[in-house]
Amino acid sequence: MFLQQMVNGVMLGSIYTTIALAYTLVMGILGVLNIAVAETFTFGAFVGLALLVVRVPVPVAILGAMAAGAVLSVIIERFGYRPLKDAPAVMPLLSTIGFALVYQTVIENVWGSDPRQFPSELFSAAYHIGTVQVTGIQLWIVTSTIIVVLALSYFLKRTQMGRGLRAVAENPLAAAVLGIDSKLINVITFAISGALAGASGLLVGLNYSAITPLMGEEVGLRGVAVMVIGGVTNIWGSLVAGPLLGIAQVMAAAYLGASYQDIVVYGLLIIVLLVRPEGLLGKPNQVRRRT
Amino acid sequence: MFSSYELGLLSQIGINILLGLSVYVILSAGQLSLGNAGFMALGAYTASVLTVNFKLPLTLALVAAGLVSSGLGFIAGFPALRLTGIYLSMVTLGFGQMIAAFFLVFAYTGAERGFFGMLPVKAGTIWAWTIGLGILTYLLERSKAWLGVRAVEDDEFAAQVTGLNTTVVKLSVFAYGAALAGVAGGLYAHFTVYIEPHMFTFSQSVMVVLFVVFGGSETIFGPVLGAIVLTLLPEALRFITDWRLGIYGALLIVLLMFRPQGILTRAFLRRVASLRLAKRKEMS
Repeated sequence: MFLQQMVNGVMLGSIYTTIALAYTLVMGILGVLNIAVAETFTFGAFVGLALLVVRVPVPVAILGAMAAGAVLSVIIERFGYRPLKDAPAVMPLLSTIGFALVYQTVIENVWGSDPRQFPSELFSAAYHIGTVQVTGIQLWIVTSTIIVVLALSYFLKRTQMGRGLRAVAENPLAAAVLGIDSKLINVITFAISGALAGASGLLVGLNYSAITPLMGEEVGLRGVAVMVIGGVTNIWGSLVAGPLLGIAQVMAAAYLGASYQDIVVYGLLIIVLLVRPEGLLGKPNQVRRRT
Repeated sequence: MFSSYELGLLSQIGINILLGLSVYVILSAGQLSLGNAGFMALGAYTASVLTVNFKLPLTLALVAAGLVSSGLGFIAGFPALRLTGIYLSMVTLGFGQMIAAFFLVFAYTGAERGFFGMLPVKAGTIWAWTIGLGILTYLLERSKAWLGVRAVEDDEFAAQVTGLNTTVVKLSVFAYGAALAGVAGGLYAHFTVYIEPHMFTFSQSVMVVLFVVFGGSETIFGPVLGAIVLTLLPEALRFITDWRLGIYGALLIVLLMFRPQGILTRAFLRRVASLRLAKRKEMS
């Protein structure tokens, strides 16, 4: 029982890692809290489901969800972030709230507000290791999280564009002086963030085997919690905080009851904020600098 | 005089104005709170428990609700001393969610089943509180202390250098804003006569922020206008109820692109005032 819960917690946590990365990229590089990541995530889930229903293989459906998420996110960049780039950071944040409301409404009107089930044959495969059961879908979830994290890490560390992104995160002005095309960097950052959100939406849907138009808000806000706990200034903080929160939440649900999930998640958040506001892996001085 | 439907709308407007003011005063010091639904929840539960379980009169219960919320607002303000901007908004978001999560498991107030037994409050009582606290806020805004609040908004560092105690200013606006949200929550609980934790989540906090951003965050009349318009708009938009929030969202995006300061601004009010003055001169 306990081992099984640990496995389930890590599964859920690896999804949290992906969605938290979607928040952290935009937050860490451009200093914007994109509230609409949550709805981008839901949109990815619905597009992915639509693809799975017509029997597209799982990896292709994940790519489809990523593309859909990237498109929504780039729209936010164009109309929410770009016009308000030089305004106080609260302004783009408010604009993303506007996008969250719009996307939410569109999703509800296009797909209806009832929960939707994933095709059941997806969940037939299951493997047993001792007393622990791992489903085929869970393997997909972990595999895609690992691929996504590795790809992102390669992109940020080894490619010219990725170095550009990190330069903008470090010092936007110096990056511009060095001839880095900040417009392009902004679009790329939002696109990757949206792709991550879209992928994690589909993965969460697969994990619970059903989706609703309102699931984004709940999971999305937990993603914000993961980001803050891991440390906003260090995008790898969510690698630690995601599984931590996933395990905590699954354990709370299993041993205390489903309604205790949130208090454990946000309780952890408050404790981290009070004791170590920069997050587990964050650097303290940067939190103050970027406002 | 009024139908019960109209009285209901009036009550909602009164409560929403108080909520709008609660975000407005915190925003006046440059801090965006995304967790005011949490303070509202605390006020709602405090007032309800006091009137139902302890049979206190509503007025006393509301004062207590305001004080309790204000205490928590003071505590929530502490991270604000170390953090600014978006980081602070995330803290308030976490605080708000935490309060809702707490009432979801707090057996004394019925946990997820919610709490009921409150006696309905009259629209007149709601408006007495709204007008009273509105005037108080207006007077505060014209006081010398408020200059400190606006100074923190304009440039916190400069304000500090001139010898202003920014710590006191920030903690005070959080405490006062939370108190307003707490009273609004208490009134809300006695308006709906039934409360449950899901009424006080992030979406509710966002709704309140919209009042302020739409109406304008530069003057106290901004959130008042925003609360009135956004409470009445759904009634006018009945035929497209499903798209209501999306329309708000689109309006918000467009507003931020073209008029980020909101509909009512200080400059606009000054212009109106000078026009009126000119007219009076003409007449005399």
